[in-house]
Formats: sequence, C-alpha cells, structure tokens
Amino acid sequence: MNKLFKAKIRCKKYRKKILELSQSVSALHIGGSFSSVEIVDCIYNRLKKNKDKFVLSKGHAGILQYVVLNDLGIIKTRDLHNYQNKNGFLGVHPDYGSPGIMASTGSLGHGLAMIAGMALASKNTNKCFFVLLSDGELQEGSVWEAVLTISSLKLNNIIAIVDNNNLQTSSWTSDTHPTLYPIDKKFVSFGWGAAVCNGHNSNEIYNKVKHRSLKKPFVLIAKTIKGYPVSFMRNVPKWHYRAPNNDEYLQAIEEINKL
Amino acid sequence: MRNIFANELYKHAIKNKKIYILVSDISPAGNMINFQKKYPHRFLNVGVSEQTMIGMCAGLSMEGMRSFAYTISTFALYRPFEMVRNDICYQGLPVTIVGMGAGTIYSTLGGTHLTQEDISIARSIPNMSIIAPCDPNELKDAIHYCCTKSKSPIYLRIGKTGEENFTENSKDKWKFGKIRKISSGKDVCFLTFGPIIKKAFDLRNRLVTQKIFSEIYSCHTLKPFDYNGLKKIFKKFKLIVIIEDHSKIGGLNSIVKTFAYENRYYGKIISYSLKDEFIHCYGTQDDLLARHNISNKKIYQNIMDKIK
Repeated sequence: MNKLFKAKIRCKKYRKKILELSQSVSALHIGGSFSSVEIVDCIYNRLKKNKDKFVLSKGHAGILQYVVLNDLGIIKTRDLHNYQNKNGFLGVHPDYGSPGIMASTGSLGHGLAMIAGMALASKNTNKCFFVLLSDGELQEGSVWEAVLTISSLKLNNIIAIVDNNNLQTSSWTSDTHPTLYPIDKKFVSFGWGAAVCNGHNSNEIYNKVKHRSLKKPFVLIAKTIKGYPVSFMRNVPKWHYRAPNNDEYLQAIEEINKL
Repeated sequence: MRNIFANELYKHAIKNKKIYILVSDISPAGNMINFQKKYPHRFLNVGVSEQTMIGMCAGLSMEGMRSFAYTISTFALYRPFEMVRNDICYQGLPVTIVGMGAGTIYSTLGGTHLTQEDISIARSIPNMSIIAPCDPNELKDAIHYCCTKSKSPIYLRIGKTGEENFTENSKDKWKFGKIRKISSGKDVCFLTFGPIIKKAFDLRNRLVTQKIFSEIYSCHTLKPFDYNGLKKIFKKFKLIVIIEDHSKIGGLNSIVKTFAYENRYYGKIISYSLKDEFIHCYGTQDDLLARHNISNKKIYQNIMDKIK
C-alpha cells in the first residue's frame, strides 16, 4: 500500500472520529478541523521525528489534534471520549500539559512566537519545529512580528504551514483583507522560503516540506477547503463552529465512506 | 538599577548556560553589551516586537531554558498583555518579565510611558508573582532568586538609574515572599516598595527630631504577599503609613487595607498612592508625585496631626 493511500485511510478515520465525537457536544469547530486533516496527519505520521515539536497555533482545530494523538496512543480513548466533558481535561482548545500538547493555544497569533522560542533553544540542532496557522490568523499583527524575527534570527529549523481555507468566522478571508494575497510572497519578502500546495494531498504536503531550502525558515501555504469533503459543510461559514445534528452526521459519514 | 540588573544577570549567565535574555529595542545598560558580545545566541534584541519577545520567552522556557524579557515596564507588561497572560502565566512558566523604569520614573515622557497600574494588573493574573526591590542590593537578591530558584512567572518591577542603597545595614535578609524590616522604630510604621522608599527614610530622619521613631519595611514581594508579617505589624503599630509609586487601586494600599478589614485592625492607615487618574503633567518624578499628593511635606504634616 503506498503512502498516499495510507494517508487517505487515516484521514477518513480521523474525520469519522471527529464526526462521532461531534454527536455528544454542541460545538467543536468542525469546518476548520476538516480543512486541516491532511496537514496534521502528514506532520504527525510522515514528517515529524521523535524530538521534533508541533504547535497547533490555530487552536480551534484542537479536536483534530486530539484524534490524531489518540491514534498514536498518546491520548487515551477514555480521555478523548471525555472531550468537553466535566470529567475530562480536553477542551475545544489545546492546553499545555495535556498529553502531546506542546502549547496552550486558542487565541490566534501566539503559536509562531512560542515555536520561535523553542527553536531558538535548539538552534544548530537537527530538531524541527512545526507550527500550523490559519489564514485568518495572519491578520494578527503578532504573527508578522514573529515572521520578521524568525528570519532575522535565522531560525531555519521552523516549518510553518498555513491552512489556507480562505474562510474565517464571518467572511471570506480574501474579502476581509484582499491585500494579504498572495500569502507566500509576503513570507518570501520577509526572508522565508515558501511554497504552495494542495492541502488535501498528503504527498504534496510531504514533498514540499522535504524539498524546502534548509537555509531559510519555511512556510507552506496549503490550499484547503473548509469543511472538506462533506458537501453541505464545504465553504459554508456556519460550519466554522457548530456540530452536525444526527441526520447531518449520517450524511457526512456516508459521503466520507464513499471517498 | 538597570545597570545592576544587567551586571548581575550577566554574572549568572556566565555560570548558567540556560539563561537567555530577550530585549525589545532598549538602550544597552551596564554589562548588556558584554553579554550580547559574548553570548549573542542568548542575548537577543527582537526589536520593537514585544509580543514576540514574550512569546519567545515562553517557548524558551518550555524547552527548559530560564528566560528573561526586558524592556521599559509599560512595554514589558501592557503591550504584550495577552502573551503575558496566556503564554507565560496560563502555562505557568518560570519566565521573568522585567519592567524597567516603572511607576512614574519616566516623568518627562508623558502618560504613555508611565505604569501607575502595573502591579494591579499583574496581581490579578493567576500564577504571577511580583517583586519590586527597593534598592540595588535588593535587586541583586531578586535576580539571584529569579536565576536560580523561581518556579513560576515573575514580574520584576525595577527602577532606572541613580537609586541609593538603604538595606546595607538591615538585619533582615531578603527573602522571596517576606516583608523585610529595614529600620526599627516604635511609633509609626512605613510600608513601601521600590525606590520610593527614599521618602520613608527622609521622613524618618525628620520625625526623629520630634522624637517620633519609625519602622520601615520593604514589601518587595507584592505577590505572594506576606500576610503573616503584616499581621505582626498590625499588632505592633497603631499608625501605618503606606507610600507607593502606584495607583491606589490594586497595589500595596489595596493589599494592606483589605487585610486590615479582614483582621479587624483598629489602628490608622494612611496611604499615599497615585490617584485613579491619568498623568498629563511633566517635570521631575517628585513633581509628578506631588500632583498626586505624595510629598514629604504633606506626609509629615499628616503624621504629626495623627500622632497628636
């Protein structure tokens, strides 16, 4: 079985698990989690080595990180099923100290500077520091402070991935700030290496990261679709936050099974 | 104090390779230049990027380093507040945030450069400790604590230049979390912190001429506060005078009066804190403090009225 096929199977499993967990909560940021599935899968299952670190700066996709960490045996199934529950410790946004969680995120614009500090502590080592940002998050000024600082300090062991689903809570990201685009050129002008890929293709993500220049910090603009692949969730703003009802759940599972 | 801070931290950094300092575009003081030259990978100027300074200090700490963020107090605490709260305090990391030139020290720069409510803000964040040394000697002890012992976030509130030493002959040693007696007396108790302690010493000398003897305490650790020490002071004194270069809201005034109420203290507490007003005037630091009724003339007169 080739690696792309294996990744597809894992991603189907992760999405179905998220849908299953969605049935016991009122809201869970399913749209932005679904857009990041192939990215987070690729980081954990193909790119990240043992000592590498990963920070989910778009903390609202916490459920996705928990599901992957559960699959890797780092988060116990019992704990995963206590998601958002008074008996559990896993909330919507990741909390530092929970198994496998490297930083508390949820407020956007924090992850990149924290990963920069981690990378600074391990400068001139082989350790890599992965961080996943949302494209809406790029509207935070603190992101650009960190982008500037990371390249000035030559923290070339940082690999940032932007989940470019182009949809924020209330509007198209490209409508809110059309001048943010093209995103990769912004990073390049700040001294980063950059590439663009289909964020739902595991091989593309893997190859772009593997073939990056090691002489610069690197950003991958991963083009994704919010809510992917569920037909009624794709690019529909209300799926930023809400959980599907039972009918919607069944339809979503059916669509994912057919993939 | 900024030179002492730089020199002491450099000494510790030579011994401990895990010490990092991130500064935000601030004039190098004391041995900072040597620190930067000798250990460029552990002394970093991130530029006018305070949010990144705090976030990176958190990241360093998460990797087991002992990190310091250093700049003028308003930019160390206010500008990157959410990073201080979420990245440092919420995650409970032993990072020291150094606010230099705190309170009304930058008296000619205007209200944007003053921190009259920093302790109030920092105190309200869970996990945060606050240290405000009264003189360069106390600062040395505080830095030693931050470099070697602290296990939680610290806001280290310091002065700028030219502060006198008052604690050389103090029998009480500096200890984190303890009120420290600096001079002994029986009639009036001065509670204060930071370089404004100078006013208490000036008043003490004046009061002695009237045969009024005052005891002076440096409340250098504002959080966690030494309530046991305060209880002993309540027992000993009928008149307590608080002097602070900070708003009346949330600082030493609030700490002492709240505890006095809870402990049914029946003595008198008079406090000299900054008013709950922005400062739009300029001049010396004493000029600014006087506009907020913090002047030795007024304090002296008030004490004399109360003692009569």
